[in-house]
Amino acid sequence: MEHMGIEKDRLHFSWISSAEATKFIDVVTQVTESVKALGPAKKFVKAG
Amino acid sequence: MLTYAEKIRELSAQLLREDKVDMVIGFRKGSLPMSNEPCMVKNPGDADKLVWDSNCGVNLASYLTDRKERIGIIAKGCDSRNINTHIIENKIKREQLTIIGVPCTGMIDKRKVSNSVDFDIIEVIEEADKVIVKGAGSEQTFDKKEVLRKNCEVCIHPNPVVYDEMVAEKVDINQDVDRYADVREVEEMDSDDRWQYFEDLLSNCIRCYACRNACPLCYCPTCFVDESQPQWLGKSTNATDTRGFHFLRAYHCAGRCTDCGSCETVCPMGINMRAFTKKLEKDCLENFEWQAGLNTEQRPPLDSFNPSDPDAFVK
Repeated sequence: MEHMGIEKDRLHFSWISSAEATKFIDVVTQVTESVKALGPAKKFVKAG
Repeated sequence: MLTYAEKIRELSAQLLREDKVDMVIGFRKGSLPMSNEPCMVKNPGDADKLVWDSNCGVNLASYLTDRKERIGIIAKGCDSRNINTHIIENKIKREQLTIIGVPCTGMIDKRKVSNSVDFDIIEVIEEADKVIVKGAGSEQTFDKKEVLRKNCEVCIHPNPVVYDEMVAEKVDINQDVDRYADVREVEEMDSDDRWQYFEDLLSNCIRCYACRNACPLCYCPTCFVDESQPQWLGKSTNATDTRGFHFLRAYHCAGRCTDCGSCETVCPMGINMRAFTKKLEKDCLENFEWQAGLNTEQRPPLDSFNPSDPDAFVK
């Protein structure tokens, strides 16, 4: 996806066990922050 | 090249006559210059139709999927690797096949040739390492090296990796090539430039699916682009849908693509199709030391788990 030109911080991968609540919160916060910083997606969005 | 064709006819006729195979898959002369077409020969008498020159760029492994007959197949290096991939994926059994190996000296890029001459091409003749292009009243000669397909220029497996018969001695392998210069060029761009690079690349695509139909890996009974329930992708030439098709198709070829160049050869719009698959091929080599189809013993990277697989991208 990065190779195609999608911004590096827009796509995230993580492995979180159902027992890892703290990690879940951390990852979600981090994902939200980095995607917010990038602003709305302009690439790979179908117009209309 | 001529001797290859004679030997191919001889071996094919013999296999059919001795009833060792039900048909031989090879090439016959096409109706236009530089466009040999795949054909299936079932009678020994028809083996004379078979040809071999530098216009046999289409991958014949595509015609093996789920076949039940005993088949003789002409295979250059890349075809043989796709035959192995078919065997690994249970699409054909090795016992069904008699592989006639052809040490490949590279295939011609017909677009390169027609773009290099300013007349209509009537005939193309090969003599040793020269390609003679003839038009009405004009003629031009090229070194075959100048007009090779891009994947043939950087090929390191020209000899069949699996075969029962060989039509000639194996050819020398040029290991001293930089296979991934084009991929690195794209990798070095920033994300907007990369986006634009693929945008430009795909701007011509008419969604004819010739690439998919010629690809030996694309054998799904219903392709995801043809599904209507659910409809994964729009069917028009909308830029987002077109990009979706090409990248998804490329992902489906990850760890399986042998860089045979069939997709690029058959593209009527001259799109550099290998730009999609080649990155994945490079990643497979760098991350998993994997090159598709070299044998049938090793399991492909997407089919096997190894604790040492790279996982830095997972947070």
